[in-house]
Amino acid sequence: MAKRFNIRMAGVGGQGVVTGSHILSTAVINAGGESTIVPFYGSEKRMAPVESYVRVSDEPIYEIGEITFPHIIIIFHPQVITHGKSYTMPFYFGLKEDGVCLINNDGPMKLHKDQARELEERRARMFYLPATKLSLEVAGMDLATNMALMGAIGCITGLTTIDALAQAVKDRFLGKGFVVSGGTAALDSVVERKFKKKQELIDKNVAVIKAGWDFAEKNGWDEVSKAAKKAEVAAAAKA
Amino acid sequence: MSESLEAEVKTNPQGDPITSMEPEQKTNPQGDPITSVAAPKTDVKQDPHAEAKKQRIVTPEYMFFEAPRTKEFITGSESAKEAVRRSNVDLSIAYPITPQSETMQLIGVLYGEGYVKEYYRGEEEYGVMSAIAGASRAGVRCFTATAGPGTLRGLEPIASWPGHRLPALAMFTCRVVNAPLAIQPDNIEVSYLLNCGMVVFHAENQQDLFDFIMKGFIISEKNDVTLPVGVACDGFFVTHARGYVRMQEKGIKLPPREAWRGAVPVLDAENPPARLSRDAPVQKSNFMAYNIHAVWQQEVWAAVERSRKYINQYMGGLLTAENVEGADAILVASGSAVAQSREAIRLCAEKGLQVGLIKIRSLRPFPTAELRQLCAKAKLIVIPEFNYVAWLAKDVAAAIYGYSKAKIVAGPHVYGGMSMPVEMIVDEVTGGLTGKKSGNVPMSAIMGCDVDQAAVAHFMQNI
Repeated sequence: MAKRFNIRMAGVGGQGVVTGSHILSTAVINAGGESTIVPFYGSEKRMAPVESYVRVSDEPIYEIGEITFPHIIIIFHPQVITHGKSYTMPFYFGLKEDGVCLINNDGPMKLHKDQARELEERRARMFYLPATKLSLEVAGMDLATNMALMGAIGCITGLTTIDALAQAVKDRFLGKGFVVSGGTAALDSVVERKFKKKQELIDKNVAVIKAGWDFAEKNGWDEVSKAAKKAEVAAAAKA
Repeated sequence: MSESLEAEVKTNPQGDPITSMEPEQKTNPQGDPITSVAAPKTDVKQDPHAEAKKQRIVTPEYMFFEAPRTKEFITGSESAKEAVRRSNVDLSIAYPITPQSETMQLIGVLYGEGYVKEYYRGEEEYGVMSAIAGASRAGVRCFTATAGPGTLRGLEPIASWPGHRLPALAMFTCRVVNAPLAIQPDNIEVSYLLNCGMVVFHAENQQDLFDFIMKGFIISEKNDVTLPVGVACDGFFVTHARGYVRMQEKGIKLPPREAWRGAVPVLDAENPPARLSRDAPVQKSNFMAYNIHAVWQQEVWAAVERSRKYINQYMGGLLTAENVEGADAILVASGSAVAQSREAIRLCAEKGLQVGLIKIRSLRPFPTAELRQLCAKAKLIVIPEFNYVAWLAKDVAAAIYGYSKAKIVAGPHVYGGMSMPVEMIVDEVTGGLTGKKSGNVPMSAIMGCDVDQAAVAHFMQNI
């Protein structure tokens, strides 16, 4: 594992951008890693731009604030790109070379030719995941879009495991002391009403995480993380 | 609910025993069992101050160096609250302003619990800072906090505190002050505080905030100091974010302020307000008036100087230095810029560059002698700041002038609420070493050897 991943997530209000980042971050911490999150949004409302930043490391993390130069970008809604619903324009601003771009869309998007060229120049690896579709298919609602994306990014990067993500979901909905904003609390109660029991809620979320993970695996998106892991194992064997 | 209460016979408001049984298990509409219960109504009045009354007084030495600590993951506002809880504070007054509001709200909770004896919301910051002056003069330990525009509104009374020799602790959760208005972090207000004659510390994180506040009270009240202490932190980055803070148990507190130890007598029926306001000569424009005022200012700044030994004693120095010896470059920073510098140093190490770090904790008094020694052999000094005006770079440059041949980069800077991308700092280090032109810092903000003297002159004119 590289020493540091800086992840910028952009989406719109109500999609669980902050919740998604919280679950990824918790999964990393549960596995003994270090992680911090910084949420960023204006007035909290549906469909308004939201960004959240997750830092992941195997060493203590000192620095604070937004991430300007991410290794990984996750776009929760195609409107972030098509409508510019984002605090960061263009959506890939500051993406480091050989970075990862995971976008929630049913198939590749037609990007402006300048944007496509700039992404190519920095050798960005583009992944299009039908996250909302997966959420609807598996959970019967679109509110688990964030879970599909977290599953896929876990598979692409090898940062975490399905089990660790599942445990983080449990911590999030059953744990004590997690402070959510008013809007998120309201959405939580909507989600809870949809699923009769919290256990069912957790199971469905975990199923969507797994669907996202499997989709990525099936399409061979984990090649890079697998290669990195192999190299790590080889290096360890040599040493 | 305690066991004994449950065993009691329940009665309705008329005094009849209640015999009907409650349903076995209540559930909410989703079918989950409801486990929370209303607080039992009881006639036994619990003293809300009970815990506070049990606090034991310990010496500052025990509190700071010996008392066992446990680690908690809390916000900066909460760490300020916990510091005040253990600091035996008599009075706290403030007027709310983002991002200070949470802190003072939490101090209100402490007042409710009896840890702070008096507490009220002032009308605005001028009134607040004036009231703090009166309270401190009356001999009690005072805590206040403000931010950005509040700091500037309260600045006239704040600037008069040192001259009146008023021990107090003011926390500044720095934010934007200039128009266009913003509530985001930017520590330009510190530059206004530096020349008031007060002691000023700058906290990097939640732990610093906790420690600096408690130690600030003790340093502030030393007889040969008798000055207010300002503890600045960068708003939101520290106040609203969580970090690990190692804290002593809640059951101990610092000794109370002993006002008779101060350098000037407290105000009471026999001691009118400080002599300098009462004595006629000061009110007149004559040689005596000038002389009294001049002597008084000298004494204030001499007291700032005398605080050094206590900062060394309690805080372990005005600065900390890491890996400075033989480094390719040194980062000098205070507050949140230190946190960013730590990550920049890691990135530089990946490029094979060894970069040292000097973290300035005390801005007043300023660690001049320490910097001269540490920077004597430095080749490149980079000073990242969360403000436009480079107040730290100016102080560092002035301190080491003639003592170091280092090239000094006054930057990078962010302001108006931006986070500082650590990559900007790395750029200045690599650019400074290779002589490449910086994309972030104008040539005019680079001082020291091998620099265009015209550019330096331009910089000096513009800072």
